[in-house]
Amino acid sequence: MRRRAFVVSVPLLGLAYAAGCTDQRSHAHAVYMLVDTSGTYAQEIGKAQLIVNYLLGSLQPGDSLAVARVRSRSFSEKDIIAKATFDNRPSQANAQKRALKEKVEAFTASARGSVNTDITGGLIQGSQFLKETGAGRKTILIFSDMQEELDKATVRNFPIDLKDIRVVAVNVVKLSTDNIDPRRYMGRLEDWQKRVKAAGASEWRVINDIEHLDALLKG
Amino acid sequence: MADSPFWMIWPGNAALSALILFLIAMPFLYAARMPVHGLLRALGQLAGGPLRMCSRWLLDAARTLQERNRAVLLAQGREETGQQIAREFERVAALVRHDLEGYPALQRKLLDEITRVEEDYRKCGEVPPPPPEWIEAVTAVAKVKSNGNEMVQRILEEIQKSVVVIHDKALAEYRRAYQSRHKILDGFMPFWRSLDKTLARTDSKITSLTERASVIDAQMEKFEQIAKKTDKAEHALTVSALTQFFIAALVLLIAAGGALINFKLIALPMSEMVGAGDYLTSTLRTSEVAALVIIFVEATMGLFLMETLHITHLFPRIHSLGEVIRKRMMWASFVLLLTLAGIEAALALMRDMLIADKQALLQSLAATQAVVADGWLTRIPTAGQMLLGFILPFALAFVAIPLESFINSARTVGGAALVILARAVAVALRLAGSFIRQLCRVLIMVYDISIVLPLLGERLVKAGRAGAKARGAGLQAGERS
Repeated sequence: MRRRAFVVSVPLLGLAYAAGCTDQRSHAHAVYMLVDTSGTYAQEIGKAQLIVNYLLGSLQPGDSLAVARVRSRSFSEKDIIAKATFDNRPSQANAQKRALKEKVEAFTASARGSVNTDITGGLIQGSQFLKETGAGRKTILIFSDMQEELDKATVRNFPIDLKDIRVVAVNVVKLSTDNIDPRRYMGRLEDWQKRVKAAGASEWRVINDIEHLDALLKG
Repeated sequence: MADSPFWMIWPGNAALSALILFLIAMPFLYAARMPVHGLLRALGQLAGGPLRMCSRWLLDAARTLQERNRAVLLAQGREETGQQIAREFERVAALVRHDLEGYPALQRKLLDEITRVEEDYRKCGEVPPPPPEWIEAVTAVAKVKSNGNEMVQRILEEIQKSVVVIHDKALAEYRRAYQSRHKILDGFMPFWRSLDKTLARTDSKITSLTERASVIDAQMEKFEQIAKKTDKAEHALTVSALTQFFIAALVLLIAAGGALINFKLIALPMSEMVGAGDYLTSTLRTSEVAALVIIFVEATMGLFLMETLHITHLFPRIHSLGEVIRKRMMWASFVLLLTLAGIEAALALMRDMLIADKQALLQSLAATQAVVADGWLTRIPTAGQMLLGFILPFALAFVAIPLESFINSARTVGGAALVILARAVAVALRLAGSFIRQLCRVLIMVYDISIVLPLLGERLVKAGRAGAKARGAGLQAGERS
């Protein structure tokens, strides 16, 4: 009699234990995508749309996505083109994704090139956005050639905080000067890696082939 | 040479160095012979003794366990066979109640029919009245001689005519009588048929009763064997438990597959209800746990339904409930199961809608033209999922039956496996103990071989002393004589 009662009660106790000890950590994934619209790189904006579409297809309910542009000064909420924290219900999340896709499409259709490129400002803005989401996994995607050009008034030469954030540079195209001396390209990427790592980023990665976007969200 | 090991007395020649060291050590080894022998024997006892004790304890435990298993097995067998016999008696009672309750009426009908047949038969037996006495008169007339007398001739002719007329009349009457008897016999036929049918029906009922009786006889014989605690009964019960165990395990495995499909059906739509972003552990979503809980609740309701239907006997408390409460509980379980099945069907529909929505989104993201499918063709999987969602909870309800068999047989199988394991470990420990003792003996022999030269010397000295003593004793004896 006791043995039978035990056999029946074990799974129920296990469930009760599981219910009492819920995992309080956030399992959501927040992604902040910076889209460079400066100079000749503005021609690449079609690829940015593809990447956004991939993200919309891959992110789950509860995850967050923000798409922001990189301009002469990018440390501003006004540079966020579209953002959404997807609802926990899959049907609502799908509706939000459709709305976000339309906003990004509208932006890509009307995007204008900027004179300078403030990637650092965008990183700081992205870092703040990601921290506010409270997501367990945070990623900043930089869709840029990683050539930062600031005007004289803009100050960005100070340490930034990217703690526990993955930073992925996507579609880092080679400039005409890089073709003359490839060391410039290598050096540019190396400098960014050092800066990002010094800022406390959990990972630095470069993905140039947009056919392999599956590595974008894999930490 | 400087880098030679410290023990190398003869630098560059390890074998010679070892030999010299061995020769140096030999006297010391000889001197330490008795303590070393004692040490090795003690080590053998130290290791072998506890191992032997453990082995003996395990064998005793296995014996006790086996006795206990036997007692439990026989008790279970007695209970099961008792239940089967009770069930057979219930069947017999039902048979008597349903089939043989009309037996008195049947018997009365049979007697009536037999009486009627007897009466008719008696009527058939009534022969037509015998010919009249005038036969003798005719014989007498026949003896009359006419002798050509015309008068006599005419009288005889008249008599003949009368006789022929009377004969024809009597024959017609006789035939009529037989015709009426044939009609009576013809009227027998339906009665005979009815009688035959009634008897056949009675025979079939009696036969089924006899079959039940033979089954009860077999069960009673089995019960007696169990009550006598014979080895045959124990063996039969063990084999039966083993078979039950594997069959129940197989069915439970299949049911687990069904539960997995069920889980897949409702896990996604549950995220629409409880949210997809909540986690219980790092990999377990709340929606998945909610789906699991629903499946467990369905299984539990099925368990209660089977219990209240007296199909399984996992909860004695339910069986001791009053009939009214038991029926209420049965209906409550059934209604809950039905409700859950309805919910599952709805969730299956929601799952299909969510997947379709996701597909539409992905197609819009991929910027490809959506494939327009035929309307009723796309509805087949949806209907199939809904049907599956509705059926699976009821299918899961029947898991209670193999679960009970599994739990009951697992005690026997587990106990037998434990006995085998205990015996195997006991044998292994005994072997290990014996091996260590023998190893110590071998080491003693090896030790003695290593100091064979001093031992040879000792033997020679002892032999010399013994010879001297013998010679001394011989001289003394010679002097005395």
